Amino acid sequence: MKTIFQKSIPGRTSAQQTRTGPARPELIPESLSRQSPPDLPRVSELDVVRHFTGLSRQNFGVDSNFYPLGSCTMKYNPKFMEQVAALPGFTDLHPLLPQLKGAGLYTQGALQVIYDLEDLLCRITGMDAYTLQPMAGAHGELTGAMLMAAYHRKKGNRKTRLIVPDSAHGTNPSSAAIAGYEVVSIQSKDGIIDPAALKQVLDENVAGIMMTCPNTLGLFETHLPEIVDLIHSVDGLLYYDGANLNAILGRMLPGRAGFDVVHLNLHKTFGTPHGSGGPGSGPVGVNKKLEPFLPVSRVVRLEDGQFFLKYDYPDTIGYIAPFYGNFSVMLKAYAYILRLGREGLLRVSENAVLAANYLRKRLEKQLVIPYNRICMHEFVASAVNQAQNGVRAVDIAKALLDKGHYAPTVYFPLIVKECLMIEPTETETKETLDTFVDDLLEILTRAETDPEAIKSSPKNLPVTRLDEVLAARTMHLCG
Amino acid sequence: MPYIPHTQDQQKEMLETIGLGSMDELFQDIPETLTPEKFDLPRGRSEMEVTTFLRQLASRNRTGLKSFLGAGFYDHYIPAAAPALVSRSEFYTAYTPYQAEASQGSLQALFEYQTAMARLMDMDYANASVYDGGTAIYEAMMMAVRHTRRKKIVISSDLSPIYQHMLQCYTKNLHLHLETVDQSNGLPDTKGLARALDQETAALIVQNPNFFGSISDYSDLFQQCAAMGAVSIISVYPVLQSVLKTPGEMKADIAVAEGQSLGLPLSFGGPYLGIMTCSRSLIRQMPGRIVGKTRDSRGREGFVLTLQAREQHIRREKATSNICSNQSLCALQALAYICLMGPAGLEQTALKSMELARYAADKLTSIPGVSLLNKAPFGNEFAIRLPVSAYDLVDSLVPRGFVPGFPLGRYYPGLENCLLMACTEKISPTDIGMLSELIRGAL
Repeated sequence: MKTIFQKSIPGRTSAQQTRTGPARPELIPESLSRQSPPDLPRVSELDVVRHFTGLSRQNFGVDSNFYPLGSCTMKYNPKFMEQVAALPGFTDLHPLLPQLKGAGLYTQGALQVIYDLEDLLCRITGMDAYTLQPMAGAHGELTGAMLMAAYHRKKGNRKTRLIVPDSAHGTNPSSAAIAGYEVVSIQSKDGIIDPAALKQVLDENVAGIMMTCPNTLGLFETHLPEIVDLIHSVDGLLYYDGANLNAILGRMLPGRAGFDVVHLNLHKTFGTPHGSGGPGSGPVGVNKKLEPFLPVSRVVRLEDGQFFLKYDYPDTIGYIAPFYGNFSVMLKAYAYILRLGREGLLRVSENAVLAANYLRKRLEKQLVIPYNRICMHEFVASAVNQAQNGVRAVDIAKALLDKGHYAPTVYFPLIVKECLMIEPTETETKETLDTFVDDLLEILTRAETDPEAIKSSPKNLPVTRLDEVLAARTMHLCG
Repeated sequence: MPYIPHTQDQQKEMLETIGLGSMDELFQDIPETLTPEKFDLPRGRSEMEVTTFLRQLASRNRTGLKSFLGAGFYDHYIPAAAPALVSRSEFYTAYTPYQAEASQGSLQALFEYQTAMARLMDMDYANASVYDGGTAIYEAMMMAVRHTRRKKIVISSDLSPIYQHMLQCYTKNLHLHLETVDQSNGLPDTKGLARALDQETAALIVQNPNFFGSISDYSDLFQQCAAMGAVSIISVYPVLQSVLKTPGEMKADIAVAEGQSLGLPLSFGGPYLGIMTCSRSLIRQMPGRIVGKTRDSRGREGFVLTLQAREQHIRREKATSNICSNQSLCALQALAYICLMGPAGLEQTALKSMELARYAADKLTSIPGVSLLNKAPFGNEFAIRLPVSAYDLVDSLVPRGFVPGFPLGRYYPGLENCLLMACTEKISPTDIGMLSELIRGAL
C-alpha cells in the first residue's frame, strides 16, 4: 500500500482552519524562522480516512483474531471502558489544574479515580501503597528498582547486585542495569528457581531479586516461601514482575507472600487495550518498608473527604513522570475492576488457567512440552522435533497467521529451544480454542509431509515473509 | 460472569480433558500458606452501574473553564477524524508488531510517523516514540552518555522544571553530573552555557520555545557543543516547529518533544507521546522501537521492526534502554492529526495561536503594573510580571471561570509575582478581552 506521503498532491488540503493567520514576519523575526515548510502530506480528509482504514485492514487485533501470545495476556478489551475514558469531563482536564492554589477542588473526580484505583490494587495484590505514575510495565520495573535503591541508600547498605533469573523478561535485567545495579543471572532447575543456585550467589551485596510468578514458563515458583526467607535474610528485597498476575488473581497476594515491590501491567491483567504497542500503564505497589520512597505527587484524602495532591515526602525518589501517569489507561482499568468485582476477578484466573491447561493437554502429543505438568495461564511448547525436519518455531508461527490466528510468542523464554509460548486467556471460547488446536495440528502434520509449504508461509496476508536482515542492512527508516 | 464465555458443561469437559476433577486443582502448585484468607474487593457491578458512576465522577471535574494554562501541555483543537480513525479496533486491540506480516497496518503507520517526525524536526531519523516528552529528554541524555562515554550534562534552567525534576530522579543512581545553568528573567544564559561546556561534557540540553515561552536560536551554542565533542539536545514544541527555525537548521544532534499538542487530549496528564529524532550518526544509540522498510519473499515492499539488536529482548542488561512498549496508538493519532492538518493547517494553527498570544500580551501589559518578564520574541506563551502574587490572582479568577495561567513561583523562587500564559487557536479575542478586564478589576 502506498504511504500517505506518496498520496500527497501539491496544493491539496483538508482545510482544518477557517481563516488564515497573520503574516509570519510580524510574529517571528527572520533569524528565528523556519526556512521552508515541512514536507508533510497534502491530502484531503477523505484521503486520510481511506488511508487509515486501509491500514487497519492490514492488521490483526483481538477484535478480529485470536491472539494466544504468551506473557502478553491479550484478552478481550470491553468496549464500555473506551466510552468512559472518552468522557470530556476526563479528557479535557489540564494536568496542572489541581496544582493551582485551591483549584484541586475542580478535579475531585479525577483525583478520586487515582485514589480508589490505588486502593483496589492494594487489595488485589496485598500491598500497602501504590503509585500509578509509571507509564508502562518496564517503566514500573525501573521505578521499582529505584525504590529498592532508595531503601538501601537510606539504610546505609552498600548493595550493588540484583538477582534476575534466566527466565525473566528482557526488561528485568535491562531495568536493573539502568537503575545502576550489576545484574546476576541464576539458572532455573526444572523450570523454576532453585534455592541452591540462589544460595550460591547470595551475599551481603545482594540488593534483591526480580521474580515473575508464575514465571515465563507458565510455572508457579513453588519454592517461593524459601526464596523470600533467603533474600530477606541478607536484607534484600523481593520484586514482583506482575506480567503474569492474570494467573493468580485472588489465589495469591504478592504482598502477603513476601514481595516488597510489585509492578502491574494494567493493559494485561485489567483488559485495557495494548494499542499496537502502547500506551500501557505500569503501577508500582510497595509495602510499608518502601512506602516513604514512592514518587511524588501522591493523592491523599482529607478528613472532610476531599482529595488533594501531596508532595511533602522527604524520602521520595522524586518525579518519574510529569504528572499522575497514563490517566485514561487507569480509568479503563478502574472501570474493569469495578465491573468484575471480587467474583469476576476470581473467575478470570480460574478460566485463564483452565484454558491454558486445556490447550497444553490437547497439544502434548504433537509438540514437545518441556515442563509437562499443570501450568498456570500459559505454557511453553517446543518445536524441536519439527526443527529436525527444517520447520522451525517461526515457520509454525507464520503458518498460524495464514490460518487467521496471531502467533504464540516465539523464541522466548530464551532457555527453551524452538520455543512457542501459548497463552489463550479466559475470554476465548472453547470453540476458538478447538479451532486453534485443529489448525495447529494440521500445520504440524503438514510440516512432516510438505515442510516447504510451511516454511514459505504466510501466503494469505498482504505480504509474504519479510526480510528482516535487509531492513537492518539498508536502514530505510524514513520515507 | 462478564467476558468469560465457557458454560459449566464446557468447563467440566475441559477439566476432564486435563484430567482434573475441580477448578481448585488447577492451582495445586500454589503452596497452601500463600493462599489468601480473603480477597477483599467489592462485588462486581453491571456495565450500566459502572458507567453511571464514572459519569458522576467525570462531572465532579470542572471543565469548560477559559484556560490559559500551558507550561508544555496545550489545548489545541483535535479534528474529529483523528480519534475516530485511531479508534478502529484493528489498531487499538493489536499487539506490538513482532509478527510483521500480520501487522503491516501498524508498521506502515509507524514508518509514516517516523517520516513525519523527522521532517517536522528536520532531522535524519525518528524512532516510533517513547512514553512522553520528559522520558524522551532522559533517553536522549543517555544516548549522549553512551555515545561520548562522558558523565557531565549541562542543562539550561529554562528547560521545563517538570522535566528537570525527572532527570534528577532518573540519574540518582548513575554517577552522572548534572550542571544547571541559571536562566535570567526567563531567558537562557547562553554565555554561561557556553562556559559550562568542556571536554568532560556528554550533552547540552536546551528547550525552544523555553519554559517561559521565549524563542532563541541555538546554532552558535550547538556549534561550540560539537567543538567540545558533546551532543546537543533540544526539546521543542511540535506545533510551532512548523514555523520556527528547526533543530536541523540549528544543527542539533538530537531533537525531542512532547507530542501531546499533535492531536492528543490533555487527559489529566496522559497518555502522552515522547517524540525522538536524531542525526544519522546516533541512530544505533536510539532507544525503543524503530520501523524499517524492507521486501517480502516476492520482492514487494513491506515494513518490519528493525535494529532490534539494540533492544532489551536481545541484549538484556546491555540494551540501549529498558523500553519495551512505546506509545504506538498516540503516535498513530499524532500522524492522523498531522495528515489532517497538512503543512498549511499546522502553520495556520501555530500562527493563530501566536497571534492570540501577542494580542493577549498587548492587552494585559496595558494594565497598570503589569509588564512582560522580558522583551524576547515568544511563541504562543509568555510570562508577565504582576503587582500581586500570581497564585492569589489565579485563585481568585478560577471561581469566575477563568484560569489565567500558571504561577511561575511554583518552580522559580523569586518569580512569585509572575504568571505564564498560553494561547491556542481555541481561545477567542473576546476571552482575552474578558480576562484582561477581570485582571484589571482584581488588581
